[in-house]
Amino acid sequence: MPDEGATGAATPLPDPSTAHLLSPKWLTARAHRESGRRARTIFLLVFGLLFWAFIYLMLYRLLSYLQKTPEIGTLIAGKVLGLILAGFFSILLLSNVITALSSFFLARDLDLLASAPVDWLKFYVAKVIETLVNSSWMVLLLAIPMFAAYGVVFSGGLLFPLIVLATFVPFLVVPTVIGSAVTLLLVTVFPARRARDILSVIAVLAAGGLVVLFRLLRPERLARPEGFKSLVEFVTLLRGPTSPLLPSEWMQRAVMSWLSGRPQLLPYYLLWSTAAAAVVLGALTHRWLYPIGFSKAQESAQRWAPSGPVSRLGHRLLAPFGIVRRELVLKEVKLFFRDTTQWSQLILLAVLVLVYVFNIKFLPIGGQGVSFFLANVVPFLNLVLAGFVLASVAARFIFPGISLEGRTWWLLRSSPLPMRDLLWSKFWVGTLPLLALALLIVGVTDYLMQVSVFMFVVSTLTIALMTLAIGGLAIGMGTLFPRFETENAAQIPTSFGGLVFMMSAIALIGLVVILEAKPVYTYLGARAFGTAGDLVEMVAGFGLAAAVCIATTVIPVTVALRRLERLER
Amino acid sequence: MIKLTNLTKRYGNFTAVDGINLEVPRGELFGFLGPNGAGKTTTLRMIAGILRPTSGKVEVGGVDVVTSPVAAKSKLGFIPDRPFIYEKLTGGEFLRFVAGLYDQHGPEIEHRGTELLALFDLEAWRDEMVESYSHGMRQKLIIASAFVHRPEVIVVDEPMVGLDPKAARILKDLFKEYTRRGHTIMMSTHTLEVAEAMCDRIGIIQGGVIRACGTMDDLRAHAESGMDGLEQIFLRLTGENAARALVDVLDA
Repeated sequence: MPDEGATGAATPLPDPSTAHLLSPKWLTARAHRESGRRARTIFLLVFGLLFWAFIYLMLYRLLSYLQKTPEIGTLIAGKVLGLILAGFFSILLLSNVITALSSFFLARDLDLLASAPVDWLKFYVAKVIETLVNSSWMVLLLAIPMFAAYGVVFSGGLLFPLIVLATFVPFLVVPTVIGSAVTLLLVTVFPARRARDILSVIAVLAAGGLVVLFRLLRPERLARPEGFKSLVEFVTLLRGPTSPLLPSEWMQRAVMSWLSGRPQLLPYYLLWSTAAAAVVLGALTHRWLYPIGFSKAQESAQRWAPSGPVSRLGHRLLAPFGIVRRELVLKEVKLFFRDTTQWSQLILLAVLVLVYVFNIKFLPIGGQGVSFFLANVVPFLNLVLAGFVLASVAARFIFPGISLEGRTWWLLRSSPLPMRDLLWSKFWVGTLPLLALALLIVGVTDYLMQVSVFMFVVSTLTIALMTLAIGGLAIGMGTLFPRFETENAAQIPTSFGGLVFMMSAIALIGLVVILEAKPVYTYLGARAFGTAGDLVEMVAGFGLAAAVCIATTVIPVTVALRRLERLER
Repeated sequence: MIKLTNLTKRYGNFTAVDGINLEVPRGELFGFLGPNGAGKTTTLRMIAGILRPTSGKVEVGGVDVVTSPVAAKSKLGFIPDRPFIYEKLTGGEFLRFVAGLYDQHGPEIEHRGTELLALFDLEAWRDEMVESYSHGMRQKLIIASAFVHRPEVIVVDEPMVGLDPKAARILKDLFKEYTRRGHTIMMSTHTLEVAEAMCDRIGIIQGGVIRACGTMDDLRAHAESGMDGLEQIFLRLTGENAARALVDVLDA
C-alpha cells in the first residue's frame, strides 16, 4: 500500500478505481463463461431452474397452508422466515471469515496489488466486494425462490422485489465486513496459513454444533401447537422476537411488515445504519491492522512432521502390495490427515451421521402396533438415504482425487508409474473408509429398527456393493471432469462434473432399489401373508442389482484409465 | 540415449514443435536454447512422457516413450520449470515417495536421500513440510528427487531459476560429474553463459524447428560469427531486431 501524502508536486499520483481493481475478476468470470461449452451452460441453467422450482413449490405449499390458518398462520410464516434468515446469517458469517482469508491474505493477485500504488480504501472496498460475492452467491441463489414464494403467497405486489433488495443488500454487507474484520484480527495473531487451519476447524465445529443444537431442539414441535400448554403461550412465543439484535430479525420484520400491509421503517434504519457503521469501522480496522497482518501472512508456519511409529506401521502393513502402491497409499493418507481443511470436514460428517441415526431412533416404527411389513420396508428405503449420504461423502472426498494431482501431474506422468496403480490406489484409499462408514450406518440403523435377518443381510450386502459402485463412479467422473487449477478441494464437488457425479449416483441408488424392490416385496409378502415366494424373481432381482453395482464399479474406472493415459497438461 | 525422430506437436492449428530430429548420446550434456514460446518445454515434456507427440517418435535408451512408457520412464528423471510438489509432505517423505515411484526403497534410498538433501543444504529441513519451503528450496528438492533413483537420463527445464549462487554452482558440478560418469542430461536454459560453459553440444530451437545444433565451434560456423560468444550467436540465429526495437520503444 502506498503512503499517503508522499508526492512530488507536478504529476498527479496514480489512483486506480475500485472498479479497475475488480476488473480482472469480472474479466476472468466472463472468459470462463465464453469458453464454456454451450451444452454445459444449458444443462446448468436447466438444473438451476429445476432447483429453484423445487424450493419455490415446497415453500409455496407450506406458506399457502399457513396463510389459510387463521390467527397464527402469518405469525408462523414470519417465524419460519426469521429462522431461515438467522441460518443464512450464521452461514454467511462463517463463510465470510474463511473467504476473507483467501481474498485478503492468500490470493495470488495480492503481491501485484500490494506493490501497486493503490489507495487503501479502494483496495478495502474491492476486496470486501470480492469476499461478499464469493461467500454469498449460494445464499443469494437460495433466497430468490424463497422470497418469490413469500411475495406470491402473501401478495407482496410489484414493489416487493425492491423491498427485498433494500433489505438484503445490508443483510449481506454486515456479515461480510464482520467476517473480514475477524479474519484480519486472527491473521495479526497467527500466521495466515495456520489461521486457515484454525478457522477451518472452528467453522466446522460451529457448523456441526449448530446442526446438533437445531436437531436437539426438535423444531418440528412448532408445527404441533397441541404440545404447548395453551394457545396463548404458543402465540406469545410466535409474536416474540427470536433474536432482536440480529440483522436477520430486522430483515424478517421489514419483509413481514410489508407483506402484512403495515410497513415499518425502523428495520430499514437498523439494517442500513448497521451496515454503514460496520463498513466504516471495518475500513478503519483494515487501515490500522492490514499492513501488519499482510506482512505476517507472508510468514509460513513451522510445520514439522517427523516420521513416527504410525508411519512405520503403515509401511509394514502395506508392504505386501509392493513399493509403488504402498508409497501411493501412504502419500494419500498423509496428505489427507495433514490438511486441516480436509479432515476437519470429517467432524461435520460425524455430526450429520449422528443426526441421521438420531432421526432413525425416533422413527415410530418399533414396538407394538406396527406391522412386520412396515418395520421391514422402512429399513429397505433407509438404503436410499444411506446411499445419498455416501454419495455426498464420495463427492467431497473421492471425486476430487485426480483433480488434486493437477499441479504434481508432471511428477506422476514422467515416472514409470502405471496409471492403473494410481487410479486403483485412489479408489481403495477413498472407498474402504466409505465402506466402513456405510456398514456402520446401515448396521446401527438396522439394529435400532430391529429388522429381520433377511432384511439385515439384504441391506448390508446392498450397501456394500453400492458403496463400491459409488466409489468407482466418483473416481471415474472425477477423472473425466477434472478441475486441475482449483486450489481449494472443497470447490471441486460443486463443479459441473460434481453435479454429473451426484446425479449418476442418485440414478444408481434408485436403480438398485427398484431392482430389489420386487423380490423384497414378494419375500416380505410371503412372510407376512403366507403367500408363495418366487425364487427365480429373487435371483433375477438381486443378481441384476449386483451386476449393476459391479459394472458401475469397474466401467467408470476403466474409462477413466483410458482418459488418464491420454491426459496431457 | 535420447533420440527424437520427426517429432511434431500441434495444438489445434498451432504447431509448437515441427518435425524435430535430434540425437543426444550417452555421457553428453546437451543444452537446448530458444526464445520464449519456441517449443523447448513442449519438446522436453514429450521426452518425459507428459505430452504425447502428434507424430514422430521419442526414444529414451532405445525405448519408445509412447509405446513402452513405463520402461522408458524408468530410465528417466525430469526436473520441471515450476516447482509444484505436495505441500503436506516433508522433504524426506517426498524423496521416499519419488523413489517409490521407481520401485526403489530401503536403507540405500534413505542414505541417498540424506546425501542429496545435505548436498543442497536441505538436511535441516528434512522433516519439515514442503509448504514452508521457499521457491528456491522447492527447486532444490525437485532436483534432488530427480537424482534419487539414479536415472540414466535427466531432462531439465530451466534448472537455474530460483537457485542461490551456491546451489547453482553445486548443480553445475553435479551435472558435469553425472555426465562424466556416462549419464545423459538434456537441459533447457535461458542463461546462455551457463549453457556455453557447461554443455557439450547446444541446440537452438525457434518456431518449433531446430535452427542450429552442435558444439560452440559448429554454431559459430553455422552463424558465420567468427569468435563471438553464445549470446551473439543466439541473437544472430533467432533474429537481431530486438535491440533496434528496444531503441524505438524507449525513444517513443
